[in-house]
Amino acid sequence: MRNTYVVMKRELLAYFSTPVAYVFLVIFLAAIGAFTFFLGGFFARGQADLQPFFMFHPWLYLFLIPAIGMRLWSEERKTGTIELLMTLPLSTFNAVAGKFLAAWVFTALALALTFPIWITVNYLGDPDNGVIAAGYIGSWLMAGAFLSLVACLSALTKNQVVAFVIGSAVSFIFLTSGLDIVLSAFRFWAPDFVVEVIASLSFLTNFQAVSRGVIDLREVIFFVSMILVTLFINTAIIDLKKSG
Amino acid sequence: MDVSGLLEVHNLTKKFGPLTAVDDVSFTVAQGEVVGFLGPNGAGKSTTMKMIAGFLTPTAGRVQVCGHDVVEKPIEIKTCIGYLPEGAPLYGDMTAKALLNFVAEIRGFRGAERRRRIDDVVAKVNLEEALFRPIETLSKGFKRRVGLAQAMLHDPELLVLDEPTDGLDPNQKHEVRELLRGMAADKAIIISTHILEEVDAVCTRAMIIARGKILFDGTPEELRAGAEGAESLDDVFRAITTGAVVDEGGVEKSA
Repeated sequence: MRNTYVVMKRELLAYFSTPVAYVFLVIFLAAIGAFTFFLGGFFARGQADLQPFFMFHPWLYLFLIPAIGMRLWSEERKTGTIELLMTLPLSTFNAVAGKFLAAWVFTALALALTFPIWITVNYLGDPDNGVIAAGYIGSWLMAGAFLSLVACLSALTKNQVVAFVIGSAVSFIFLTSGLDIVLSAFRFWAPDFVVEVIASLSFLTNFQAVSRGVIDLREVIFFVSMILVTLFINTAIIDLKKSG
Repeated sequence: MDVSGLLEVHNLTKKFGPLTAVDDVSFTVAQGEVVGFLGPNGAGKSTTMKMIAGFLTPTAGRVQVCGHDVVEKPIEIKTCIGYLPEGAPLYGDMTAKALLNFVAEIRGFRGAERRRRIDDVVAKVNLEEALFRPIETLSKGFKRRVGLAQAMLHDPELLVLDEPTDGLDPNQKHEVRELLRGMAADKAIIISTHILEEVDAVCTRAMIIARGKILFDGTPEELRAGAEGAESLDDVFRAITTGAVVDEGGVEKSA
């Protein structure tokens, strides 16, 4: 546990010692603002809630989460520092969890910095803040699931661009696996229960319920187990690469 | 367990696909020994060191460090080894001080103990003036010294240093050699090098590796005596690794 924390601290500082953190935060906040007010019709709807705000989170995460997750392992491979890290007395899972947590805490910071939107909606009307809190928690859990996927994929390559592109593509598949764009590829040959399972893995379906303010234990369990499973796969990939 | 063998390597083999990088290598290193790994590029020196440090898993064979098996007890052996990887890879965005703090914390040193160890090792490798600069802005010599410092921080019983003097100027090379000599008595040290006089200067034992096999294992003096008519260690090295007859370079003979 202690080592996980030490790795997390180092990784988190690494974000802020390069322009990555600042560029990400500015783009994220600008994009989420523009989407909410223009595409989402925040004012035109005349409703005091953050539905048009949360609606765009999955689609922004599709590109922005791979941008913060792509460096986690591929940079270590590229610069060779993975050899330094993995010959220190810490378990592979400690390193994997530490890196993931650093990026996840960073997304929490990005989400926290959207507070002006929350203030705006409270100033203009009388929203249900419980629903908004549920939306934030759901969004953060979903971000974690995307992140663990991208971290896992970045362990496979030493090229950050490859990690980014594959990360976005795989994130897209998981995001939309409840929609016909993915399901139609399976429907004609796979048995029904397989199609059902794939559909149930959809981030979008799982997030939509949460963003409407219904925190169902099922969705929480879905995202948390998604994160844990991918972190274990990530650990296995790192260990597997040791045997060359 | 044989107490004298801090490091025991038994029938170690590493294959990368069809390529055999290390081929059935066995040797033992005891406390007080400074072993120089010599060999052409691609001979398997670094691969052997990576397996000893627990970064690569052997295809076959065993490595024991401080009485623990490297594959079975990865954490235990890593507390016992100080390792400088090839090219001294370091987190470029951190300062030397921050990196040493990070390594010290992972190694479980806190508070005053951490400060004492870092001050101690920084003084040993003369790193004071570079301590608060980002590593990516440091010269090659300073980077190498940061790498050495992180390897020595926990006063390990076994030091595995892959080309510790690469990129250093002659004065710095001399300092590092002095440092290694000073530590040699109560440790086992393995260094890899291309520089043959380094073997003469610091090593009590030389091992020549080529094509994944150990071709020579003995004292530097024996190495020198090994090839008749050889003018320098360079000639001996060429004779052993290429099978060439001295003075008639290039003639192939099975080694």
